[in-house]
Amino acid sequence: MNDLPQAPAAYVRLQSIPAQPAPLKAWSLRTTLNFASRTLRLQPLQSALSLILLALVILLGNKAMQWAVLEAVFVPDEALCQAARGVGACWGVLAEKYKLILWGRYPFEEQWRPCLSVALILAALLWSSSAKNWQASKRSWLLCIWVFTGLSFELLMSGGLFGLDLGWGLRHVESELWGGLALTLLLSLLSIMLATPLGILLALARTSKMPLLRSVSITYIEVVRGVPLISVLFMASFLLPLLLPSQKSPDVLLRVLVGITLFSSAYTAEVVRAGLLSVDPGHIEAAQSLGLGYWRTQRHVVLPQALSFVTPGLVNNFISIFKDTSLVTIVSLYELTGAMGLALNGDPIWRPFKLEGYAFIGLIYFCFCFAMSFMSQKLQHAQRHFT
Amino acid sequence: MMNPAMIEFEHLNKWYGSYHALRDINLQIDKGERVIICGPSGSGKSTLLRCVNALERFESGSLRVNGITLNDDLRSIQKVRQSAGMVFQQFNLFPHLSVLENLTLAPQQVKKIPMEQAQELALTQLRRVKIEEHAHKYPAQLSGGQQQRVAIARALCMEPEILLFDEPTSALDPEMVQEVLDVMIELASQGTTMVCVTHEMGFAKRVSSRIVFMDQGQIMEEASPEDFFLRPQHQRTKEFLAKLLDH
Repeated sequence: MNDLPQAPAAYVRLQSIPAQPAPLKAWSLRTTLNFASRTLRLQPLQSALSLILLALVILLGNKAMQWAVLEAVFVPDEALCQAARGVGACWGVLAEKYKLILWGRYPFEEQWRPCLSVALILAALLWSSSAKNWQASKRSWLLCIWVFTGLSFELLMSGGLFGLDLGWGLRHVESELWGGLALTLLLSLLSIMLATPLGILLALARTSKMPLLRSVSITYIEVVRGVPLISVLFMASFLLPLLLPSQKSPDVLLRVLVGITLFSSAYTAEVVRAGLLSVDPGHIEAAQSLGLGYWRTQRHVVLPQALSFVTPGLVNNFISIFKDTSLVTIVSLYELTGAMGLALNGDPIWRPFKLEGYAFIGLIYFCFCFAMSFMSQKLQHAQRHFT
Repeated sequence: MMNPAMIEFEHLNKWYGSYHALRDINLQIDKGERVIICGPSGSGKSTLLRCVNALERFESGSLRVNGITLNDDLRSIQKVRQSAGMVFQQFNLFPHLSVLENLTLAPQQVKKIPMEQAQELALTQLRRVKIEEHAHKYPAQLSGGQQQRVAIARALCMEPEILLFDEPTSALDPEMVQEVLDVMIELASQGTTMVCVTHEMGFAKRVSSRIVFMDQGQIMEEASPEDFFLRPQHQRTKEFLAKLLDH
């Protein structure tokens, strides 16, 4: 470097530059406008497209706003709603029917029970959403909370524990009558909790070295994936009782739950398998050379990595399961979607306002799915130190 | 009294399909010995080492490690793996666990040592490889040399009778090779039984009690370091050494 000719510097600054004001905040109006004007000047074609899109958004947003807010009827008044048909929404229908939509066919005067059950589940979910509560020292709390939630749910909803009347004065309510949000949450939570471990076992079987185990798992996954959920549910609820010899077949809720769980475990298995295949085989060898056996290697080395690789896929799967529970209507279980149909179809006055009903349950579904998606991002963020 | 034999190969043969990877291996390694295995790539040195830890199966012959005959019985494999610790070329630290957790996993899970004791043991071994200040970091936050030292400490935590090194410095940046070799030299001076596949001939000269030269799946030559470097017997050995000296 030293023998390079030293060219005289063309310019040397002798004073230090005065400090500039701090950059504008990321989301201020000025930065947005600044950005917009720069973009407009630099990329005419893209800007034209953006403007068209913007116009569309404003146009449609305006229409939607008109329908949903400005022209909408917010009171459960039939005459007003009829007058507003085609122009504005009739949110009054929700005020009239929200109990039936949320709790389905559950006996009207007992509706505080599903309401409390759902509140308990939401509280347990909230507790579980904090990473702190998954630390080894607090995991037993987590388990306690979920066992308590499960038992309370059963006690509140049915009025007893597993068919046993505890004599607490709660009226017995058949599981066929459970419905609405409580049923949606019950079905989706239980099938997610059961399908995940089952899916992991299926994925391990599919990647195992034992040929028989492997082919059983492959067959199961391919068959289940090749069949629509509706037919699985149909078979679970109508065919199974015919095949079973006993007079007293398990109740429809249990049959449907088994159906959804078996169905989604096949999908979970494939997601998990992708994760298993992306774990470095060297880590498995290292675990083996330390004396860890197959299960300990899977439990402590392979699965933690595999599951974190496929967190987005797994959560995607959970979201599917959550929304797939709406199919149980075909076997006369009225979860959220079914209950909404039930609430409005049966009433000639309010039947025309199904769109509002769908918007309402759509919002509920969206909140849960968005929460799951948010948790997925939080999880991925927490795992970033090693992936 | 003779030192007890830690590893005994007898007429061991291994095939990968139709490829004869190890041919009639006869080798005995005694307690306290530091054996270097060298040879051109594809000569079967890593395969030989991996057999000792039951990471590879062999088709014929026998292999005894620490008095345990290796066969398909899972218990014999477990026992052998507990008496022989392995250090890999690619470190193979568990990326989702901190350094300390990497070290305590096997003692806790396999030897059922309580958490506090396992952590104490881990810290002792981390001090031995001079890296205890990084105990709570994750592997991805460490340099290659540091990771390999952690991997050595992890193997040491199981208190193995034998340490197996499979090209421990080949994946390292040149400036990190020495810190790992220093740790290995330290271990050698403490009388650890070591079998090491390596291309580091300076290290081999310095610490080994015996050098084994392999080519095409066979052991071509076994000699003390002086004999090996100054008076190689076999033509292939001479060629191999000549190539090394060229570089």
